[in-house]
Amino acid sequence: MLDVSSPEILRAIAGGMLIGAGAATLLLMNGRVAGVSGILGNVLQKSLGEQGWRVGFLLGLLVPALVLGTGPAHLPQHWLWAVVSGLLVGVGTQIGSGCTSGHGVCGLANLSTRSLVATLAFMTSAVLTVLLVRHGGVP
Amino acid sequence: MKFLTALGAGLLFGAGLLVSGMTDPANVIGFLDIFGEWRPQLAFVMGAAVLTAAPSFWFVRRRRRNLLGAPVDLPDRRRIDKALLAGATMFGVGWGLSGICPGPGLVLLASGHGMAYLFMAAVVAGMWLVQLIRN
Repeated sequence: MLDVSSPEILRAIAGGMLIGAGAATLLLMNGRVAGVSGILGNVLQKSLGEQGWRVGFLLGLLVPALVLGTGPAHLPQHWLWAVVSGLLVGVGTQIGSGCTSGHGVCGLANLSTRSLVATLAFMTSAVLTVLLVRHGGVP
Repeated sequence: MKFLTALGAGLLFGAGLLVSGMTDPANVIGFLDIFGEWRPQLAFVMGAAVLTAAPSFWFVRRRRRNLLGAPVDLPDRRRIDKALLAGATMFGVGWGLSGICPGPGLVLLASGHGMAYLFMAAVVAGMWLVQLIRN
């Protein structure tokens, strides 16, 4: 049974509000969409000029974890999983113009149908992937 | 100034990822594993984030300017094409395999764990590869 007053859920809601506040701040103050894959992908392109805000945002993302630590993190066990999944995330977010933050948070907050379709697409393929890996006998 | 406001936005965003528990891939995979012991947190994180950010998007969409009065170009692409679907699907497979998307991936670099660096190096390599082919 789902207990919405459990500490995990309360933390999820509080964390979500902070994420939303971060996205709102970047939009209201910088006029930019807080899509992490887009910002990271564009920071790699020197031709895009104005990079200061991108570096600032990415640095800001890192600082809380540098100060507080990341807590428990169940990372991939094998280097091959890390490389394969990382490549899929990098290629996929560039081709699909966004990830969980750009499409999932900002796109949905902007009532974009395109982002809703993208979010449904990556949620579906992610659920099916976990289904196969965890319950389908794929090692 | 632009650097500082973006830094502040990143701080809020990064703190939110930590507080929400989304930097632990086990919580993400637990959400995606709807046939296992389901962990609903991610739905609440996204819901709260979308609801919190929505008024600002509404405001900027109407005024076409940010709070400082500078013009804002919101993404206006509406086409739902093969690239969007193929890219998002591909991203989902990688996300499902690892439980890590780009935001938490960056935050996890602070753990100093080699796997986090390997993962993010592969993400950047993948992005770079697409840009190389495009140009």
